[in-house]
Amino acid sequence: MTDVTFIDHTGEARTVSGTNGMTLMEVAIKHQVPGIDAECGGACSCATCHVYVEPDWMAAVGAPASMEEDMLDFAFDVRPNSRLSCQIKISDALNGLRVHTPSRQS
Amino acid sequence: MTEHNDAVITTDALIIGAGPVGLFAVFELGLLDIKAHLIDILPKIGGQCAELYPEKPIYDIPGFPVVTGQQLVDNLMQQIEPFHPEFHLGEMVVSVTRAESGQGVVFHVETDAGTRFEAKTVLVAAGGGSFQPKKPPIPDIDAYENTSVFYAVRQMESLRDHHVLIVGGGDSALDWALNLQSVASRVTLMHRRDEFRAAPHSVAKMRELVAEGKMDLLFGQVTGLEGANGQLTAAHCKGMDQVAFTVPCDRMLPFFGLTMKLGPIAEWGLNLHENLIPVDTEKFETSTPGIFAIGDINTYPGKLKLILSGFHEAALAAQKAHRYIYPDKRLLFQYTTSSTSLQKKLGVNG
Repeated sequence: MTDVTFIDHTGEARTVSGTNGMTLMEVAIKHQVPGIDAECGGACSCATCHVYVEPDWMAAVGAPASMEEDMLDFAFDVRPNSRLSCQIKISDALNGLRVHTPSRQS
Repeated sequence: MTEHNDAVITTDALIIGAGPVGLFAVFELGLLDIKAHLIDILPKIGGQCAELYPEKPIYDIPGFPVVTGQQLVDNLMQQIEPFHPEFHLGEMVVSVTRAESGQGVVFHVETDAGTRFEAKTVLVAAGGGSFQPKKPPIPDIDAYENTSVFYAVRQMESLRDHHVLIVGGGDSALDWALNLQSVASRVTLMHRRDEFRAAPHSVAKMRELVAEGKMDLLFGQVTGLEGANGQLTAAHCKGMDQVAFTVPCDRMLPFFGLTMKLGPIAEWGLNLHENLIPVDTEKFETSTPGIFAIGDINTYPGKLKLILSGFHEAALAAQKAHRYIYPDKRLLFQYTTSSTSLQKKLGVNG
């Protein structure tokens, strides 16, 4: 199991765990983490699972692919550390990952 | 968008939502000689399958090891073709009211385009609700909506001689930037990066106009609005380098795609539970007799939001709908494999 922490816009942190291979979005939905809507269910077509990756984790998480970069155009307040959580697969390398959720997804 | 029409369209069944479940309802109703009209807020047929994941493979449609969202929609369209369904696209149902008429109960349904229907039965197959434009979480944006901030352009003339700030990088943003360039006093297009998802020829045309000095292209995101009494005077922005800047404008058009909202369904007088419509599992009928809810929009003990569940629900709802439309006719259960009368309806017999 891999532990990941979601910090909402008020600063409240929730640490939950998932199985390697799940997407970060799936882990959030499984544990009913607020702040992740995931309207399209992981098809990279809605931009409602937007997260900000903490700077220390950006290298491990990597950069978005071009399809995801396109979809980020539909998100709000996109920053250099913005990612769509449905496109991040968790693994041992991401154990302890910390991401922030925006104030609103849509 | 259809023109306002004073004529009322009468139909046996009115299906609200043209996603896979609404489409299959046409088939099940058609086998029972029930004619259907469909309404959808999207300008195209297929609901989420067409809007959210046309290219994505679906693996749990019985009989199809794999099918994409768009293929499923295309197949359903082929399957219901014998029943000649009529579509009303790009319209949102704003009201559904039940009325007693000489022939019994009817439902009066009206869309935001002013199209009016009189239906003997209504099937709500609205999925996650209606696709509506995403509203950027900019402080106080509500105060400017419909006076200075618009999520759709109904009439280009209303933007004549205004300084229009268009935000976004897709086809809607580019198309409106190009269309309004000759109407507005100035068009400023703002996008968060120097790459656009829009059609390449639109992007090329936009860059040409920018090079000629006929419109402005800025990179950044809107962080705040300036103005008073709903009248916008400027947008506060920041670039990807986080440097703040201000864009003078008196109209803003944000194009950030669509999101699903329940929409006016809440105002149709149906019982709702957490934005879903509770139904029984025999007829999939709502708290209002004659109105059914099928697919993702309904809820009942054990509900699974699967397309296949919606197909089953459509079949059972059609059986009960038959009793409303043909109260004197006995319904004989038949198979399409063996019934010559069903095969005739499908146009495959003789």
